[in-house]
Amino acid sequence: MARMKFLCDADRCIECNACVTACKNEHEVPWGINRRRVVTINDGKPGERSISMACMHCTDAPCAAVCPVNCFYTTADAVVLHSKDLCIGCGYCFYACPFGAPQYPRVGNFGSRGKMDKCTYCSGGPEADLTTAEYEKYGANRLAEGKLPLCAEMCSTKALLAGDGEILANIYKQRVMQRGYGSGAWGWKTAYRETVSV
Amino acid sequence: MSPRTKTLRRLAFAAVLSLAGAIGAAAPVPALAQQTGVVTRDGGAQANGRNPTADSVNEEALFKQNNKIQGVVTIPDWKASVLEQPQGRDWRGFHEGAMPWIAGIAVLGMVALLAVFFFVRGRIRMEPGELTGQKILRFNAVERFTHWLTASCFIVLALTGLNYVFGKRLLQPLIGPDAFTALSQWGKYAHNFLAWPFMIGILLMLALWVADNIPSRIDWIWFKQGGGLTGKGGHPHAGRFNAGQKMVFWIVVLGGLAMSASGIVLLFPFSAADINGMQWAQMIHAVIAALFIAAILAHIYIGSLGMEGAYEAMGSGEVDLGWARAHHDLWVEEQRAKANSGSQIAPGRAPAE
Repeated sequence: MARMKFLCDADRCIECNACVTACKNEHEVPWGINRRRVVTINDGKPGERSISMACMHCTDAPCAAVCPVNCFYTTADAVVLHSKDLCIGCGYCFYACPFGAPQYPRVGNFGSRGKMDKCTYCSGGPEADLTTAEYEKYGANRLAEGKLPLCAEMCSTKALLAGDGEILANIYKQRVMQRGYGSGAWGWKTAYRETVSV
Repeated sequence: MSPRTKTLRRLAFAAVLSLAGAIGAAAPVPALAQQTGVVTRDGGAQANGRNPTADSVNEEALFKQNNKIQGVVTIPDWKASVLEQPQGRDWRGFHEGAMPWIAGIAVLGMVALLAVFFFVRGRIRMEPGELTGQKILRFNAVERFTHWLTASCFIVLALTGLNYVFGKRLLQPLIGPDAFTALSQWGKYAHNFLAWPFMIGILLMLALWVADNIPSRIDWIWFKQGGGLTGKGGHPHAGRFNAGQKMVFWIVVLGGLAMSASGIVLLFPFSAADINGMQWAQMIHAVIAALFIAAILAHIYIGSLGMEGAYEAMGSGEVDLGWARAHHDLWVEEQRAKANSGSQIAPGRAPAE
């Protein structure tokens, strides 16, 4: 099985936010929730870079470790998913997540959080593949259809890559060799304890 | 790349460098130009082999400057502007590593201590002939209401709080994930909502009892005599509250205020703190809670099983005059003096409530 990862090549990202929009549309993500976002560092200054970020599907995921109801699980493709039937919306996974991936609909009083929502790597949830129940809770299951996450698939500059980690690392290495520079595989060290050495 | 073009590139690069040096010497404002972005950095740079991204941000350098990476986002959610905060892994280390040990040792350690104390010292009984049959009002209705309001909230808050640490380890394997989620969901609501009456209780306690809980010299003597717990040398002098009770009062008030402050930060996520602030608030809340629970376990023990005659004070509000004389002699004297001056309730007469 593949070890699915995301890699954002910041030297290619043009901050068009199409990945964000595609994700919202593909999964009909409710208002106020962003499974993916583009963060611009040093905005407006020389050397500014933008990075598209969502759940990195970490190795030994911190969210899963801190969950007080054990609602997370890792698929055979190393995608980190969770069950909205078990989630109680405590917010711990947001404190633990290095990438700010978990999102909560605001429900009820005070800061009461609803059930957590996050990037599923376009692979649904614990419900049976491609069912209405799965779609309503988690969005589309493109992996079950043999497709990769939409954000990466439709990236116009191919800055955002999705797929098996080794293949991504090779593509990125090749790019860096060819053009002579690269700002690194953002988040890889934190998420996977390894980075792409070029 | 052929060696010839390489040499050419190097030559061109050197030329550009010397040119740049000359310009820099002529006009000493390159820093300003850089700030305003006037410098044309990429125009033709690639042709002479200069890395067009030499000044671009990269992850490693950013982590050397700061412990997290932050930028700007176009979505209206400022928390999303934090790109990476590896501190999440540290917080996870605390919550899954240290916290169960802190809470486990605090709670089980206190239970073990109390058990040892019970088996060694036994229940602190009244002296033979201590009871007089006469009653004296120790806590009025408002005081008892305040105590039990705070106490009942505390018990629910403590249990639902401990559930966040130990539930998945102890309870979930027993009752299954679905039942455990249902329980924890209600636990979360209970924790969030009962926090408010608890906070009111803490403030009422402070208002009602602070005057009787100012530390004094008598407390020092009480401590030196071990609070009379050893049973030798009789009861040390004490006012309305002895030194031990004053300690409980200050633990409850200061601990309660600390729990309230950190709890309010947690109840309104990201209103008063950023991600690292939230992590700190949670850690402070959890550690103080563990110590608080341990302290209150001791309070519950001595107020019920541990000492004969103690529970009535908070139960019916009235205690036997003999018990009161033994445990709070100075307070009884004070009450009698007030009664003699005709303003307070005389012992033995039930107060109108």
